[in-house]
Amino acid sequence: MIDINKIRKDFPMYRNDGKFENLPLHYLDNAATTFKPYSVINEIDHYYKDICANAHRGDYSLAHAVDLAFEGARNRIAEFINADPDEVCFTSGDSMGMNEVAYGLLPLLKAGDEIVLSFAEHASNVLPWFKVAKLTGAVIKYVPLTKEGRVTDENLKSVLSKKTKIVSLASVTNVLGYLLPVKELVSLAHSVGALYVADAAQSIGHQKTDVKDLDVDLLCFSGHKMLGPTGIGVLYGKREILEKMDPIFSGGEMNARFNSLEEVSLQKAPLKFEAGTQDIAGAMGLAKACDYLTSVGFDNIEEHERMLKKEAVKGLMDNGNAVIYNPDSEAGIITFNIKKVFAQDAASYLASKGVFVRSGQHCAKILPEFLKTEATVRASLYFYNDEDDIKALVEACKHAEDFLDVFFN
Amino acid sequence: MSFSINDPEMLREIIIDNYQNPRNFEDVKDPRYITIHMDSASCIDDIYIHLLVEKDIITDCKWHGKGCAISTASTSIMTDMIKGKSKKEALQMMDEFNKMLNGQPYDENLLGNAICFMNVNRQPSRITCANISWRGLKEALDEEEKKSYDKR
Repeated sequence: MIDINKIRKDFPMYRNDGKFENLPLHYLDNAATTFKPYSVINEIDHYYKDICANAHRGDYSLAHAVDLAFEGARNRIAEFINADPDEVCFTSGDSMGMNEVAYGLLPLLKAGDEIVLSFAEHASNVLPWFKVAKLTGAVIKYVPLTKEGRVTDENLKSVLSKKTKIVSLASVTNVLGYLLPVKELVSLAHSVGALYVADAAQSIGHQKTDVKDLDVDLLCFSGHKMLGPTGIGVLYGKREILEKMDPIFSGGEMNARFNSLEEVSLQKAPLKFEAGTQDIAGAMGLAKACDYLTSVGFDNIEEHERMLKKEAVKGLMDNGNAVIYNPDSEAGIITFNIKKVFAQDAASYLASKGVFVRSGQHCAKILPEFLKTEATVRASLYFYNDEDDIKALVEACKHAEDFLDVFFN
Repeated sequence: MSFSINDPEMLREIIIDNYQNPRNFEDVKDPRYITIHMDSASCIDDIYIHLLVEKDIITDCKWHGKGCAISTASTSIMTDMIKGKSKKEALQMMDEFNKMLNGQPYDENLLGNAICFMNVNRQPSRITCANISWRGLKEALDEEEKKSYDKR
């Protein structure tokens, strides 16, 4: 069980009596980013206030304290996803991670090889592959979605072949919120000798991730969608795969030695992928986010989100003026439109009631071809949301046809 | 149409009417027209503006594309307003419109139906919806300037 009152005390965004600019704060854009608890914020402060030195570089005690904190953060994050610490590379976020993956695998691709994606992917799991396909002559294939928008093992099977070298899919899709059967999909990919890349941006903060159990080869996520700071993320890779990958960025710390003959020997992973000074405070904050999520417990988080989603879907259906695109998806994401109201007009109206949702294509620009709508409204939940947030959403949606009121009353 | 800026129902009606029945809505392939594509990563607006300038006068303006109610209505209204106006007059209207959106004093006599967006800045995120076509107009006129300069 989630005790909302207790939880909200941990989040400074709720400290002003739960209000933002004099309106009750109903933040339902958690798929975009999440609020941060004090423990994360304090840890970032701790780095800048108490142990501000560079990592991996100094011979003095202060530098040693930073090394302990930075590598300690890596260890904590590794534990959180059940990886070994040297399989955890820091990035600036999911997008950077996915770019590191796509370009890093470039040496393993040749013309005619196939890269498998789905129609529901976020730009960060599409555009890097477009570029890599262009550079190598590899071909992009799409897993067909089921009628409701799911990726299933049956559907993946239909596009796999000996030519498939990479399967790269979001573990939870960011618009429809379907949970993929990742473990089954990984084993299918492996059966044709392909690597499996998991874009865990939308799953990492909402359900338990165990990279060993899933057997994924590579996995990326952002810290800020799981209570962590912006600007930090993780690229996980199996050691033998990280060893084969080329780093995109070159610079300080990622090399062991180089000379004027342009001979360079690289550090081993993860340092090979961490050119330049890393976001040390961000990494430390992310480790605290792992602590916080572990203390709340993913079972509780999932149960709470499911309960709220059910209420939201029921409320919107009862209103009678909504089209819901994913009433049955597992994640706490409700994607809908209000009949006869353009998505952005609806979202702006909701905002005037303190209900903060996202409108548009949500960076999944191939998906509208499937949904047959230009744009949608997306409400995305987290464990600090409560029934009042849902009531406010449903009530505001009931009157969304009046979206011009904001300008004239 | 005559109306009062003190009549909110009337102003609302102008927006709804232009949203539901956009004026000058047509895809133009005529090469004499300057076409500007306005799209946005942050919202769905995806609007093409086609401008025909002859001897310093905007003799025709058409548009097509997709957008929210505010951007659609605003584009529709703009195309009606600038037709038959000189480049200079159109830019003056744009300046007054922008002043209105930015909450500065403005000359309402130059704005015609576009006055219906007087309160759009109550939601700052909608300012870019209301002025997308006017930004497009500026780009189109800049382009036209360049074109006529190149011809000389």
